[in-house]
Amino acid sequence: MNMHTFIDFIMGEMVIVSFVIFIAGTCGRLLWTFIHINKTENFIFSYLSFKYSLRSILAWLTPFLPVSSRKKPFFYSISYTFHILLFIVPIFLLSHITLFEEYLNWSWISINDTSADILTIIVILCTLFFVTRRVVVKEVKYITRTSDFVFIIIASLPFITGFLAYHQLFAYKIIMIAHVISGEIMLILIPFTRFFHMFIAPIIRAYTGSEFGNVRGAKDW
Amino acid sequence: MQETSTKDSETDTKVIDEGVEKGLKGLTPEKIELVINQVLKNETGARLKLYIDTCMRCSLCADACSFFLSNDRAPEFSPAGKVKQTLHEMIRLKGKVSKDTLRNIVRIAHTECNVCKRCSMYCPFGIDIAYMILLVRRICHKLEITPLYIQDTVNSHAATMNQMWVKEDEWIDTLQWQEEDAREEFENLRIPLDKDGADIMYSVIAPEPKFQAGLIYQSAVIHHAADINWTMPSFPGWDNSNMAMFTGDYEISGRIAKAHYEAATKLHVKKIVMGECGHAFRSVFDVGNRWMGWAMPPVDVIHAIEFYHYLLTSGRIKIKDKFKETVTLHDPCNISRGRGLHDKARELVDMLCESFIEMTPNKEHNYCCGAGGGAINCGPPWKINRMVNNREKADQIKRTGAKVLIAPCHNCHSGLEDILHYYDQDMEVKFFGDLIFNAMDKTIYKGGE
Ligand code: HEM
Ligand code: SF4
Ligand code: SF4
Repeated sequence: MNMHTFIDFIMGEMVIVSFVIFIAGTCGRLLWTFIHINKTENFIFSYLSFKYSLRSILAWLTPFLPVSSRKKPFFYSISYTFHILLFIVPIFLLSHITLFEEYLNWSWISINDTSADILTIIVILCTLFFVTRRVVVKEVKYITRTSDFVFIIIASLPFITGFLAYHQLFAYKIIMIAHVISGEIMLILIPFTRFFHMFIAPIIRAYTGSEFGNVRGAKDW
Repeated sequence: MQETSTKDSETDTKVIDEGVEKGLKGLTPEKIELVINQVLKNETGARLKLYIDTCMRCSLCADACSFFLSNDRAPEFSPAGKVKQTLHEMIRLKGKVSKDTLRNIVRIAHTECNVCKRCSMYCPFGIDIAYMILLVRRICHKLEITPLYIQDTVNSHAATMNQMWVKEDEWIDTLQWQEEDAREEFENLRIPLDKDGADIMYSVIAPEPKFQAGLIYQSAVIHHAADINWTMPSFPGWDNSNMAMFTGDYEISGRIAKAHYEAATKLHVKKIVMGECGHAFRSVFDVGNRWMGWAMPPVDVIHAIEFYHYLLTSGRIKIKDKFKETVTLHDPCNISRGRGLHDKARELVDMLCESFIEMTPNKEHNYCCGAGGGAINCGPPWKINRMVNNREKADQIKRTGAKVLIAPCHNCHSGLEDILHYYDQDMEVKFFGDLIFNAMDKTIYKGGE
């Protein structure tokens, strides 16, 4: 396989494969999770309340409503920013949209390149903050494992390589390949690693929110 | 006293607990491995897996825990840090845990966490750390290394269905003695035993007849003056407390709650009114029913706060003189975070007292008294540690500057008295019952007036 066909492959079939693995894996794991709950602790379903699940999820999505977030405004600001940009930047990046347009004829609004560049830098700074915190804050350091760093690095690589590729700082081709591959790796890993927290978060919140709200008549934020 | 002049400021990790030591002696590595894996495999399910797989190890839960705050933010006391040292260790080593590690695990699970669930409100996912710590206690129970004093209360529950080895005749005698005394104030007062079809069954924890019979006197007067159709069971099932729930002895815990519900159904009462206790309320309202397969309790259950609130707002009890001194209120975890009764409690304070100062944080966010979750029941060997681990609570109370501290829970009551004494704070701890008894108009309510 020469360089060209390899690039075609990772930017063509591999993108599709990654999305398929991501979507199928996510559906599979979610399905398995519900089957597992049903098999081992199906009482959970009898406590789930739609109203209190929603109440808890919405409360925790509202910036600075939870007392926890008011106690750590700096951390939560960074975490919120990081999590929002994680979706915004790749989805609304012009060069990503162009690709979709080329292959699938889909397109949607984009952010301009300068803003995207700044937002990318912000994401990278956020991940730097997460790493630093794991080294510096003693209660975080105490429970940190090596995999936590790997996890943050995997999440930041698409952004770091994307930034380098955009500025064509060095070895453009290699960086570009690294960028595409790191993005695909992250997508593929989501269903099989702790990245899956994005899908489990609302489930645990719903249960905790229902127990607190529906059974115990208390708030959980 | 000696202990007040030289205060310990660090948790002693070398405390010897005879019950734990005796249990450890009898264990072999094979037995340890077998028991841990049995519990992990057969008694856990999706919940544990989701909690463990999802925890991002961000330590946002740390600031919730008064143990962490009281120990100068030592990471070993953070909620996730405690799970790391206990449950994670068992999982990581696949059950091959040494006896020294187990000794450490018992100390953490039983004396360094009140299973108060405050941390669940600070974790962005809402992960239930208390559930995981209780799971560790379950394993300790099956390994027979539960701390001596709390195990003794469980043994008492198992043998007598009450926490304090109160014999059946002793129980009845105590009630009759209180009735007799109270009849000097009200000639027709009764403590009706086993009255079939009464509106309510009133239940207390065993330490009341054992050490604080005066509280039964007070409630008899309150019931009598409010003209309530009430009863108390003369037979086992009268005690609403449940220490087995905190040692992971779920079989005994289930039996205790069952005996309690059965007492109510045998007497055909409309509802159970529970005295001012928090852990007992958790057992009857939230835990025992689940063990028996009921989503919610099979009998209506209300806590004394709700009952008193009804008595005062319905005019069945009239307040003559409001309490003058400045009071503050401690929200017991199991009835604020556990039942959302904090607003009613404040309304009660308002009806009973002239001057009230809020404690902060409060309501659902209040800190545990430090005695809860069975911590105080681990007994004298652990007392100084409990005091050290409660520094934050002592500071929180001190900041109010109040003279009187209302604590509508027995555990909190004893725990708070210990802290106030240890940290030289001149404050009196009271139940709502005490305040109502002193402030009420002691005439008998006549309906329709
Ligand atoms: C929209 C769904 C998501 C939700 C609700 C969510 C929620 C959370 C929460 C509650 C935390 C822990 C504390 C915090 O940092 O605030 C966290 C941490 C983290 N999340 Fe997410 N997340 C989501 C999506 C993602 C995605 C898609 C990624 C990356 C691919 C990601 C990467 C991370 C990282 C790297 C951390 C760790 C920060 C650290 O190490 O301290 N998250 N997330
Ligand atoms: S349940 Fe309470 S005592 Fe236990 S770790 Fe959480 S906040 Fe601390
Ligand atoms: S706050 Fe929640 S996710 Fe973070 S370390 Fe604590 S339990 Fe884990």
